[in-house]
Amino acid sequence: MTALLEIRDLKAEIAGKQILNGYDLTVKVGEVHAIMGPNGSGKSTLSYVLSGRPGYKITEGQALLAGADLSQMSVDERAAAGLFLAFQYPLEVPGVATMTFLRAALNAQRKKRGEEEMSSPDLIKRVKELAKILDMDMEMLRRPVNVGFSGGEKKRAETLQMMLLEPKLCILDETDSGLDIDALKVVSNGVNQLRSKDRGIVVITHYQRLLDYITPDVVHVQSAGRIVRTGGKELALELEETGYARYQSEAA
Amino acid sequence: MGNAPITPARKLTDAEARLAEIFALQQSAGAPQLSKLRTAAFDAFSKTGLPNRRDEAWKYTDLRALLRDVKPLAAPPEESAKQSARSAALLTNVAARRVVFVGGYFAPALSDLGDLEKGLSVMSLSEALAKGDAAAMTHIGNVGEVDDPAFALNTAFMGEGVVIRVGAGVCVDRPIQLVFVAGAQPATYFLRSLVIVEKGARATLIESFEGETAQEYHVNAATEVVLEEGASLERLKISHEGAAAMHVSTFVASLAANSQLSDFGLNLGGAVLRNQSFININGPGAHAALRGANILKGKEHADATLFLDHAAERSESKALFKSVLDDSSQAVFQGKILVRPGAQKTDARMMARTLLLSEGAQANCKPELEIFADDVQCAHGSTVGALDENLIFYLMARGIPQAEAQSLLTEAFVGEVIDAVENRSVRDALSALVSERLRARQ
Repeated sequence: MTALLEIRDLKAEIAGKQILNGYDLTVKVGEVHAIMGPNGSGKSTLSYVLSGRPGYKITEGQALLAGADLSQMSVDERAAAGLFLAFQYPLEVPGVATMTFLRAALNAQRKKRGEEEMSSPDLIKRVKELAKILDMDMEMLRRPVNVGFSGGEKKRAETLQMMLLEPKLCILDETDSGLDIDALKVVSNGVNQLRSKDRGIVVITHYQRLLDYITPDVVHVQSAGRIVRTGGKELALELEETGYARYQSEAA
Repeated sequence: MGNAPITPARKLTDAEARLAEIFALQQSAGAPQLSKLRTAAFDAFSKTGLPNRRDEAWKYTDLRALLRDVKPLAAPPEESAKQSARSAALLTNVAARRVVFVGGYFAPALSDLGDLEKGLSVMSLSEALAKGDAAAMTHIGNVGEVDDPAFALNTAFMGEGVVIRVGAGVCVDRPIQLVFVAGAQPATYFLRSLVIVEKGARATLIESFEGETAQEYHVNAATEVVLEEGASLERLKISHEGAAAMHVSTFVASLAANSQLSDFGLNLGGAVLRNQSFININGPGAHAALRGANILKGKEHADATLFLDHAAERSESKALFKSVLDDSSQAVFQGKILVRPGAQKTDARMMARTLLLSEGAQANCKPELEIFADDVQCAHGSTVGALDENLIFYLMARGIPQAEAQSLLTEAFVGEVIDAVENRSVRDALSALVSERLRARQ
């Protein structure tokens, strides 16, 4: 299996404060990785650094997506190269209709990859199929992006975007936060449909419960800005029992 | 016994002297009644001269400094210019009844005045004045009390325009679009229109102004609207003037009981633009919605000055203006709400929002309230800001390039005022115009 995401000794800071301290991670195609860890361990920072959020600066090391250096790409180029970050708190975009947004995103990515744009009827058909899987009302998609959506609806909308854009690497940043059990099942079902031998998935989460629905191949424990332990899916269960306390002391 | 104070006569500017000269030459033209109106207006203008920054209402648009010379009054344009105007018209996708003026002159061959709806009358201003049309003679210069030098100049020099009447109870579905295309020569255009919407009648009026980028010209336009009881008018004004053009327009409306006015102005181009509105709410239950959007670049300057005069009870006014400013462009918003004694239950709201796309752009907002009744709701506010960086990041994280993300968010910002336009085909055409203009930045 080829390495899809390769992070080597990555150090990164926000406003001069170092958050990631020599991060190493390799995700191969077809794998699902879970990154778990206490609050403040830099889990969201990792996702923002990879996606290129302004203000998050790589000071040392490398992050490669399918061999290409992410730090050399703009945010939209990373997305077109196949990186998708499902936000913990998806933003509301007043005045921009969801369908307009989906069309703009999909076609911008296709254009950048030298592919043909998707026609409007095809796009609408595809979005309808996905909305059905995610138990979403099409009426919602006629509204501005995420405006007036509940927490669960926002996560469904993020999952729909991910399924439409078909990225190579999906990073889910605490997708379970704010989800009730029904929404958790629906969103997990969507993510599981994305599992494929050509794609990698990184699930960032606090809790085991999401991993009941999305079974990871590899589980990592992150603390103080780096990975301190790696194991199989049983590691998540162990964490549920023992908590993160010992890893916090280890990292310190 | 003291000496009478000696006020030295102000030295006229070159432009003022030239205006006086032109006025003296054409003063005797036209019907005596009209000549009297023109003379009174020019006398009123002469008292103050061109407005300047010391006049509160013109503080941010100093016409005395900006109007250095006066271009000759428009002469009839050549046929070739009229032909080229056909393709130039804005909003060609809208199935409107077009009344076209080229170089300040009515162009019947380009206009569509056949098969007028029953109860609708449209004639050129010159024709109405030549005929001594009773409605024109009664209302022109008389719709509201406007003490303003630019409007006075328009009355003194008014050349061409239209007189429209919508008969009582008549509903005219097809929008009437007045297309004013500047001519090929440097010129000054004094355009004047009058619209009377009689009791319970309804119509949509579009005024669009456009001109050549390379040409220097001045437009002084004025539109007076009379809304009788229960009448309704949706008015849209689009200015896409040439880059060296100056455009000053005055809108005067009088609203009778339960009438409705919806006004939307879009400024897409011109060196200096000033739209001033004087809205007289004279009847109870009347409703005025005034909206506007400026999309400016380079050194463009656009000024929206509103005066909302609530003189009747239970009336409402809503004003929302949005500006998108790039480079070193400048937008001015001045809005005054006056609630007269007895105008109880007035509900008046005014808001100006500005989006700055560059550090050199500038917004000046000055809302004013003057209230002489005690049971009213009045509010005003203004905001100035930049695009939200987090939203740009969110859109880019989905693959949308930065410039496109900025355009989408900017269109969304302007969209709020366009979405309120009632006529769907007009609304779609306006959105397309705005989108095209914003994408041209990329």
